[in-house]
Amino acid sequence: MLEFIVLVLSIAFFFYTLLGGADFGAGIIELFTGNKSIRPIYKAIAPVWEVNHMWLILAIVIIFNGFPAIFAQMSVSLHIPLFIILMGIVLRGTAFTFRHYDTHIDGTHVYYHWIFRISSLVTAVFLGVTLGAMMYGRIDNDPTSTFYLQFIAPWFNYFCFAVGIFVALIFAYIASIFILGEAIEEKQVRFYGILAKRFSMIMIVVGSVVLFLAYVYEVPFLALALSSPISWVAFAGATILLPLIWRDINNNRLQRIRVFVAAQIGLIMLGWAAAQIPILIHMKDGNHLTLYNSVAPDATLYYLTIALVVGTLSIFPSIYYLFKVVKFNPK
Amino acid sequence: MAFSLGFHIIFSCIGMTIPFFMAYAEWKWLKTDNTVYKDLTKAWAKGIAIFFAVGAVSGTMLSFELGLLWPEFMKHAGGIFGMPFSWEGTAFFIEAIALGVFLYGWDKVPKWTHWFSGMVVGVSGLASGVLVVAANSWMNSPSGFDFIDGEYVNIDPLAAMFNDAWFSQALHMSLAAFVATGFAVAGLHGFYLLKNKDNEFHKAAFKIALTFGAVAAILIPISGDHSAKDIAVRQPAKLAAMEAHYHTEKGAPLIIGGIPNSETKTVDYALRIPYALSFLAHGDFDAEVIGLDQIPDDEEPPVIVVHFAFQIMVGIGSFLALISLIFFFFRWRKKELIYHPLFLKIITFCIPLGYIALEAGWTVTEVGRQPWIIYKVMRTADAVTPMPGIQYSFYITLFVYSFLSVVLVWLMKRQISAVHVDYPIVTNQEKTD
Repeated sequence: MLEFIVLVLSIAFFFYTLLGGADFGAGIIELFTGNKSIRPIYKAIAPVWEVNHMWLILAIVIIFNGFPAIFAQMSVSLHIPLFIILMGIVLRGTAFTFRHYDTHIDGTHVYYHWIFRISSLVTAVFLGVTLGAMMYGRIDNDPTSTFYLQFIAPWFNYFCFAVGIFVALIFAYIASIFILGEAIEEKQVRFYGILAKRFSMIMIVVGSVVLFLAYVYEVPFLALALSSPISWVAFAGATILLPLIWRDINNNRLQRIRVFVAAQIGLIMLGWAAAQIPILIHMKDGNHLTLYNSVAPDATLYYLTIALVVGTLSIFPSIYYLFKVVKFNPK
Repeated sequence: MAFSLGFHIIFSCIGMTIPFFMAYAEWKWLKTDNTVYKDLTKAWAKGIAIFFAVGAVSGTMLSFELGLLWPEFMKHAGGIFGMPFSWEGTAFFIEAIALGVFLYGWDKVPKWTHWFSGMVVGVSGLASGVLVVAANSWMNSPSGFDFIDGEYVNIDPLAAMFNDAWFSQALHMSLAAFVATGFAVAGLHGFYLLKNKDNEFHKAAFKIALTFGAVAAILIPISGDHSAKDIAVRQPAKLAAMEAHYHTEKGAPLIIGGIPNSETKTVDYALRIPYALSFLAHGDFDAEVIGLDQIPDDEEPPVIVVHFAFQIMVGIGSFLALISLIFFFFRWRKKELIYHPLFLKIITFCIPLGYIALEAGWTVTEVGRQPWIIYKVMRTADAVTPMPGIQYSFYITLFVYSFLSVVLVWLMKRQISAVHVDYPIVTNQEKTD
């Protein structure tokens, strides 16, 4: 049961990174390329916009039902970054919807644009910051220590922000690939192709910075990753895919790129998980929170499993149908 | 938290009921081929899309906030009452997918499939609502575990979900959603009918929405009575606070209105109906109703708030039920009076009433449970986050939500005023020409 729940949780995170990520990335691209991206972005993400974010809700629900201790720990120690993420999600979501349904085109749209763009970037960075904080190992439950040490130091550092920027870049990269697949005009194809390549180059640089900072600050993740063969293979695989993707961008093999990029993201996540699991949160005092010590009682897992089986059986076919209707239907 | 929930409730209620109006309108269109119904379906669908998006983000926010504000509560309760949430996640997911098909699938899927996706939006929306209320009812009626020496053992999520309170609360909430939204939507269209009395579009909308609202408004007192009898047994402190019933007695009177005075333990300026409370709570004029004197002082909910909120809810509920009876009488006997300006004015006046009642009812159930977060198990004060400065999170949330509400109202106004441009007015006159 535990394995199955973890599997569904991983799937939810994978799809959230891919689809939700494309969504955040779209906002980031708009931030850097301006108004000309609005139409292609809208065309690519609007029909599946709501669905993209359901993955996060699914993941959160699994965590607080199946692993309540993790949820409680994160909510206390990482209150501030999580709160920023929430505000970001609320603002970008509403701005995106409002600008679409507000039929009067006037000065208001300038606000919608900028709220959507800036909060997309900020939310993506703080998602990464939160992830970084889970790896960084400075989370502390000592009630006698200062406010700074308890609630700020665990995430406010170079390492976590480097992870944050890395995550934002991954999202922007996914988004450019996603829009590339929808683009029809030659000019657009070239534009988003170049954009995707640039993002992937910066990703390599920032990724190296993350590893360097992990070494400098003795982040436990680094040693774990180095000693895990699966991590090695997965990260190597993700790197090898990069030149293949570049070649396909040059040759306009637009549909195959999507598969490659999805595989690449999957490998990065696998590499991360192989090193980190079963530990989910590294604690300062060494009492790390793992899948096993934070898990809910068996009875809960049993019913959660039933809910997830029914859920996946009904969600996947309907998502397939939605994508079939709105994405593969040129009419 | 309370504030974001209060905000979320309104959105979810709109999101879980308008899809039914919309699906009904589309059904009428498919049956009659009258394009007014098609326009109506499209107009409502647009409204739903906006509310759904805001409801979805405010829902995401809530799922996080449960932990951000009440980590201690979630740490223990997450595994027990989390099950309805996991089902709710699924239902919500399906709702989002079906809405995607509905909004972007015009002309791409067969007509009846399209209609079906609209129904799915409604049914799964309603299911999410029921499931979330089931989780809330667990806090009122904790079950499915044993609390021994500060440990939660023998956890049974199924028993937790189907606790004693879930059915009465879920039924009452679903009906309330239909009442509030039905009247609000009818009121909006009624407002435009006042300006433009032959508009077929608004006429059809008015009638559909009000019918839904009125049916629910007539049923809701019955469900309310059921809830009251349930509370009398399970949470006597809440009932006593609702009724400002200070002294335990047999053949207790029903207190209407008045100002509870906690010093003298009396209710000033109130109307009293002898024996009525005993009858309403226990179905027997001589039954004993437990008063606040039997509740320890440190377990007493804030009487004034609960009492006033309860009076507001019942007052509005009765008023809307009365209007509904009049409406059905008109439909049955005096069809021409449905669109009478005075009646339209009354319905327009009702726009906010349902939501006020909704918020009041929610205040009753939540404040009435205080000081407990899990009734008789965990106190709210023990569940709150240890992080100092939590009030700043609260102020920011308050600010963002107030700002959003203002923008949303403004946006709806822009939308509705655009209706006349998007859907040119068709009057009976022009149609016969």
